[in-house]
Amino acid sequence: MNKVWHDKTYFGFWLYILSDCLLFSALFATYAVLRTATAGGPGPEELLDLPFVFVQTLVLLTSNLFMGLALATKNKRKVLAALAAALLFGLIFLGLEAREFTTLIAEGHGPSTSAFLSSFFGLVGMHGLHVAVGSLWMVVVMAHVWTRPSTELREGGSVYTKLRLLGLFWHFLDIVWIFIFSIVYLLSATV
Amino acid sequence: MSLFGLLTINDFFHAEVAAVVAQLAVVLGGIGVVGYLTVARKWGYVWREWLTSLSPMRIGVMYLLLSAVMLVRGAIDAGLMRTQQAIPVEFLSPEHFAQIFTAHGVIMIFFVAMPFMFGLINCIVPLQIGAKDVAFPLLNSVGFWLTFAGAMLVNLSLVAGEFAATGWLAYPPLSELEYSPGVGVDYYIWALQIAGVGTLLSGINFIVTITTMREKGMRWMQMPMFVWTTFASMLMIIFAFPVLTATLTMLSLDRLLDMHFFTSTLGGNAMMYVNLIWAWGHPEVYILILPAFGIYSEVVSTFSQKRLFGYTSMVVATMCISVLAFAVWLHHFFTMGAGADVNAFFGIMTVAISIPTGVKVFNWLFTMFRGRIIFATPMLWFMGFLFTFVIGGMTGVLLSIPAADYQLHNSLFLVAHFHNMIIGGVLFGFFAGLTYWFPKIFGFTLHEGLGKATFWLWLVGFLVAFMPLYALGLMGATRRVADAAWLPIYQPLFMLAFVGMLIIGVAFAVQVWQLAYSIYNRKKLQADANPWGGKGLEWQVSSPAPIIGERHPLGVLTGILSLVGGFALVWQIWWVVILSLVILVALYIRNSFTTHLHHE
Repeated sequence: MNKVWHDKTYFGFWLYILSDCLLFSALFATYAVLRTATAGGPGPEELLDLPFVFVQTLVLLTSNLFMGLALATKNKRKVLAALAAALLFGLIFLGLEAREFTTLIAEGHGPSTSAFLSSFFGLVGMHGLHVAVGSLWMVVVMAHVWTRPSTELREGGSVYTKLRLLGLFWHFLDIVWIFIFSIVYLLSATV
Repeated sequence: MSLFGLLTINDFFHAEVAAVVAQLAVVLGGIGVVGYLTVARKWGYVWREWLTSLSPMRIGVMYLLLSAVMLVRGAIDAGLMRTQQAIPVEFLSPEHFAQIFTAHGVIMIFFVAMPFMFGLINCIVPLQIGAKDVAFPLLNSVGFWLTFAGAMLVNLSLVAGEFAATGWLAYPPLSELEYSPGVGVDYYIWALQIAGVGTLLSGINFIVTITTMREKGMRWMQMPMFVWTTFASMLMIIFAFPVLTATLTMLSLDRLLDMHFFTSTLGGNAMMYVNLIWAWGHPEVYILILPAFGIYSEVVSTFSQKRLFGYTSMVVATMCISVLAFAVWLHHFFTMGAGADVNAFFGIMTVAISIPTGVKVFNWLFTMFRGRIIFATPMLWFMGFLFTFVIGGMTGVLLSIPAADYQLHNSLFLVAHFHNMIIGGVLFGFFAGLTYWFPKIFGFTLHEGLGKATFWLWLVGFLVAFMPLYALGLMGATRRVADAAWLPIYQPLFMLAFVGMLIIGVAFAVQVWQLAYSIYNRKKLQADANPWGGKGLEWQVSSPAPIIGERHPLGVLTGILSLVGGFALVWQIWWVVILSLVILVALYIRNSFTTHLHHE
């Protein structure tokens, strides 16, 4: 396990993130085209709850703050505590998103109501799916941190790399969310 | 809800003779392979040395085998279609005919051309850059097995149910549940999703490999052309394949969860799908042809006994193509009605992309100029390509003019054009590469005489089969028509195309004979390290190149679980879907604790 391997792994993971950007860009493009295709039903202006999503955004940002803290320390306990907090806020974020989705569906605005709602659920749901997968991954990485000696947390150690890749992924999802927040929610705000 | 989802016993019974024959062929073929391995007690050997192998050479050969098997199936499909259209007896129903042309396109692009390309890349690129392995050996194995699972899913559609009858890109609204209620489109979606992920992973792998693992001292502008074109192609994969994944995900959401991305009701927009699928689909064509261009560059230089003319301009042209390829997708549907301005832009971009391609053609010609040309089989494939590709390129420029395209759209002229590019460009290139590098992979050369016979039969067969389609297209014949009782005026040209198909069939037979003959006489055809006088690093190592690499079962297990899960998704057997997904995730988590591959 020397430096070259880490370089390769990071580079490969960056390429994966690039490809994920493309995946999201296809969904963003679809949302932009289908945004007005409400089939006579209510559009984003009527349906989306900006204050609620603002709270959701703060929750995800907080989760990322803890991820940043996890990356900043070499102390095993602190890493685990920070990851647990990041995970907790990630799960709260998912819970809030589930609440938004179920509320919309219960009010008769499910994803099969119109093309706009399909594209909304598709884009936001894809991000949610990523957060869910990331949360599972975080549990696995926590298990790695837990079971391996704390020396592995130092640069070059096996856990060091795993933690940093997870961090990259988590921050990436944050950035995607900023775009979702701006394009889906802010642009529909009726002030 | 049934234990087997939508799957019932009736899905295994087909009404048509041709369908039953195909079903039997798949079942017997599967039983034959499994039976042989069992009787010959080869399972242990195959498992250790092949299925779990992480050696890029072994993985490459498995890609090549997969490609060869699927080529047989795709070619049979083509033969059926040519026969149906030439002979005034309708032995295929329109529905079955539609499934066949869909399967033909899907198989030839995804499961013949792509594995052929990855096979050659796996075998040769590490050698050419002086690397012992790829950057992520296990990921390489996973990539192959996902491709394999996708291919097998397409074949399973012959056994249970049906395949899509929508054309190879499955345009909605035809591919929506309302108009395609069967499982055909679902087979299409999940086969492509699984194989597509594999392709993406391999793309990432080779970019990292080429970037970080080159022999000390090999700078970017010293890389062989095949490495450069592979690099460009892999970059395009990373940009294009996620779009395919997203698009097919949306189509499957429409079909599974009654969403309305692309339906004709509730605001769905079918043209959005068409835009997205071609935003992947057009780059895909260049993903295939760029590595072929690289092979031609290697071949022309070796057999002209000269350095490649204009190496730098070749690199620049390659990279230009890979960028421009993302700005031409709309030329596949000028007739959509995007308006004169949009059409003009994409028409101009399409003409523009022929400029770097032209640069390449001139570079190859100047490489031959005043060279001492050896007319070996790879060189013949190259020269055949040069001839056919220029024809195809010019008809492509014709099609790029929107006004002309309104006449030619969806006609057999278009069919002739893209076969011209994909057979004359991609396939000839991969054949050239296979012949050229065969001794490096297997340790003996293919028989030259039979190789030359194969080439000439292929060239003549190709011209006779496809040149009439240009004329037919100009006469107004549209593609994808099953009705044999067509305008009588078309009949002679369809007959001619049929004859061309027969010649290609003979070419195939000779090719198989060449392979069998060469394997039988491999002692006599044994090759030294550098049988052609090539200059690349791959000719510095022994022939066959040594097999280097560890073993790991995760790749093949991923393939099996993806195949099972994919089949269950098609038939909506949800408990199997969830079970295979859980096992898959558990395997990967366990693997993260146990596996420590040695990375250099």
